[in-house]
Amino acid sequence: MLSRTADHLFWMARYMERAENTARLLDVNYETSLLPQSVDATEQGWRGLLSISELTSLYLEKHGDINGPDVMAFMVREPNNPSSILNCLRAARENARAVRGTLTTEVWETQNQTWLEFNRMLQGGAFERDPSAVLEWVKFRSHLSRGVAVGTMLQDDSLNFLRIGTFLERGDNTARLLDVKFQALTGEFFGTGSPLEQPEVDFYYWSAMLRSVSGFQIYRKVYRNVIRPERVAELLILRPDMPRSMAACMNELVANLKQVANSHSDDTLRRAGRLEADLKYGSIEEILATGLHAYLTQFLARVGDLGAGISRDFLVPEPA
Amino acid sequence: MQPSFDEMSVNGNDIREHYRTYQNWLKTQPHDLMIDRRAEAEMIFRRVGITFAVYGAKDEDGSGTERLIPFDLIPRIIPSHEWREMEKGLVQRVNALNRFLHDVYHDQEILKAGVVPPEQVLNNSQYRPEMRGVDVPGGVYSHISGVDIVRAADADGSGRYYVLEDNLRVPSGVSYMLEDRKMMMRLFPNLFAAHRIEPVAHYPDLLLETLRAVAPAGVIDPVVVLLTPGMYNSAYFEHAFLAQQMGIELVEGQDLFMRDEHIFMRTTQGPRRVDVIYRRVDDDFMDPQAFRADSTLGCAGLLQAYRAGNLTLANAIGTGVADDKSIYPYVPKMIEFYLGEKPILNNVPTYMCRKAEDLKYVLDHMAELVVKEVHGAGGYGMLVGPAATKAEVEDFKQAVKSRPESYIAQPTLSLSTCPTFVDAGIAPRHIDLRPFVLSGTEVQMVPGGLTRVALKEGSLVVNSSQGGGTKDTWVLGD
Repeated sequence: MLSRTADHLFWMARYMERAENTARLLDVNYETSLLPQSVDATEQGWRGLLSISELTSLYLEKHGDINGPDVMAFMVREPNNPSSILNCLRAARENARAVRGTLTTEVWETQNQTWLEFNRMLQGGAFERDPSAVLEWVKFRSHLSRGVAVGTMLQDDSLNFLRIGTFLERGDNTARLLDVKFQALTGEFFGTGSPLEQPEVDFYYWSAMLRSVSGFQIYRKVYRNVIRPERVAELLILRPDMPRSMAACMNELVANLKQVANSHSDDTLRRAGRLEADLKYGSIEEILATGLHAYLTQFLARVGDLGAGISRDFLVPEPA
Repeated sequence: MQPSFDEMSVNGNDIREHYRTYQNWLKTQPHDLMIDRRAEAEMIFRRVGITFAVYGAKDEDGSGTERLIPFDLIPRIIPSHEWREMEKGLVQRVNALNRFLHDVYHDQEILKAGVVPPEQVLNNSQYRPEMRGVDVPGGVYSHISGVDIVRAADADGSGRYYVLEDNLRVPSGVSYMLEDRKMMMRLFPNLFAAHRIEPVAHYPDLLLETLRAVAPAGVIDPVVVLLTPGMYNSAYFEHAFLAQQMGIELVEGQDLFMRDEHIFMRTTQGPRRVDVIYRRVDDDFMDPQAFRADSTLGCAGLLQAYRAGNLTLANAIGTGVADDKSIYPYVPKMIEFYLGEKPILNNVPTYMCRKAEDLKYVLDHMAELVVKEVHGAGGYGMLVGPAATKAEVEDFKQAVKSRPESYIAQPTLSLSTCPTFVDAGIAPRHIDLRPFVLSGTEVQMVPGGLTRVALKEGSLVVNSSQGGGTKDTWVLGD
């Protein structure tokens, strides 16, 4: 397929996934902000959310202080925030439009309608009335977009590039979410590998976080035990059967990359395979011993590297 | 008063035979229901993204404006005997135009014979000397021709079809023909049960067959692509639609490169050779090395590959010389010259201002005439005398006097009307017709074409850029 087409498909999927993850992140923050806690802790939550997306300074250009409603609006509907859900959905739709002939009619119409309807919702004041409902809607549109693609598209490299975009973005986003949530609550503790005994861990905090990745019931099923942060970390990093875990994302990424491999993609495949293997054979004790933050930072750098490799090998090849 | 011709009725009451079933149905449809249907159509068109981009305009949110082309619910119906005659005429006309193009780029018999004045061709800005002596597969230059046809009333009130213009460069609009049909079948399935309507949905198949048939000699399984200027082009929807329907790659100039006189596209599996390009980019922008150097829409070296015979372009480079308004008056003579046949379709009588006697007539009668600039397109470089103010007519006279060779003039045709669903109810509006004629190993087309309608009362301008809409076009079976 055309490199440019693959590029649009890749980014269409990434932006849709990013919109979904932003919605998930906002939802969990919104929910935890409703828990009884100090003003500082609440602000800390919103601050963490901006820093995870590397948007703190852009936000502060416009707003004096960090508070829930402003951060929510900034992340959902701010036209000047390139990562706002509004702009993610626009970019997903624009990328889809550029290759609408490659997509099935259903996939294109889903993207197009998501964009049109989201604007209608914003204009109708839906976000002010019920932010949770809007975020929930975004999540479901993303489910729909993925489902329609898998359910209607020929299983050729178009679908592979969509999937590559989805899982690269998701792996990245899960790592960021873990990083900010663990840092916010446990500070130095998880960063230095101190003993795991902690005063009572806040059940509500961790369960909200698990819910943000649809992981609460999965956690119960897998561990049949009380919620402990190290298990949450294990679930989201290493469990290959947890669909939003970093391990699951890397498995999918490698499987799809193998399908589209070409004569100069060996190095990218090798690096993707190594990252997959590291997750497959890693243990949470080891990860915590080296420091969670350091581990996640390194993971994000390797994912970024993979993205650059995929771009170079497939999407934006050097002129012949 | 000028005589007028309505497609549905005679003098507003006698319903013509081929509209009777439809009119009986229409009478029973409540106004509100039709309004709902129209809203439904609009909603679907928007969801499907059947829009055209408006250059330069911006929405409130800063994104490029995408507009819908208004779709009218009332079909234009053509009886089968009229269509058969028109189809024969179209085959004849397009054959002659292709012969003419081959001739002017080879032996120039028609110029030597004095049928067309040589300077009219050779000094035409649309004539491409680069094409001299270049052989194209099957001698076909215009693979896709959009021939604009209107019906006008004769003095006795009967209607007669005229060819208004031959579009041989990158004619557009066929996607609306297909989508309008799909929409009508969705909104009014029972009407299709009650009529025998010739289908049109196989157009992309015919087009693909045509494009494959004109691949360079020796290529067994040609790679065909569609070249678009990109998603901000006003016809982008159509480009994406046709590429998808034919299952071919939709490429942009940046996806292509030339190596060893062959054209390749960049794919995720490395370069892949391209054999046939259905291009929706104008000649001027096709190759920055050969034509406009500032073009980013084409591919450097493309003309070189083309001239070497390693690539087919549809349409060929240089077809514009045959559809230019200054050449149009000679088409009936071309038909006689190349085919030895009488033209089946009428030309509109045309005054060529380059001739002294015609110029005098045009200046004396400008308020009654339609005056057109010969290299204009889109209905802009044009004066509709009866609709113009005195000052506009005077301005245009000055323009014509200063460059008479750049203008032609025609009597103002009273274009036929067709009942159209407007806000006030059902009212007659002027229409035209653009059949899409495909030339490969043979000349073929799907029955009908795109009917455009001037939605403003009394307006004769059907272009979508100036408030035109479209209608489904039904050719009835026998």
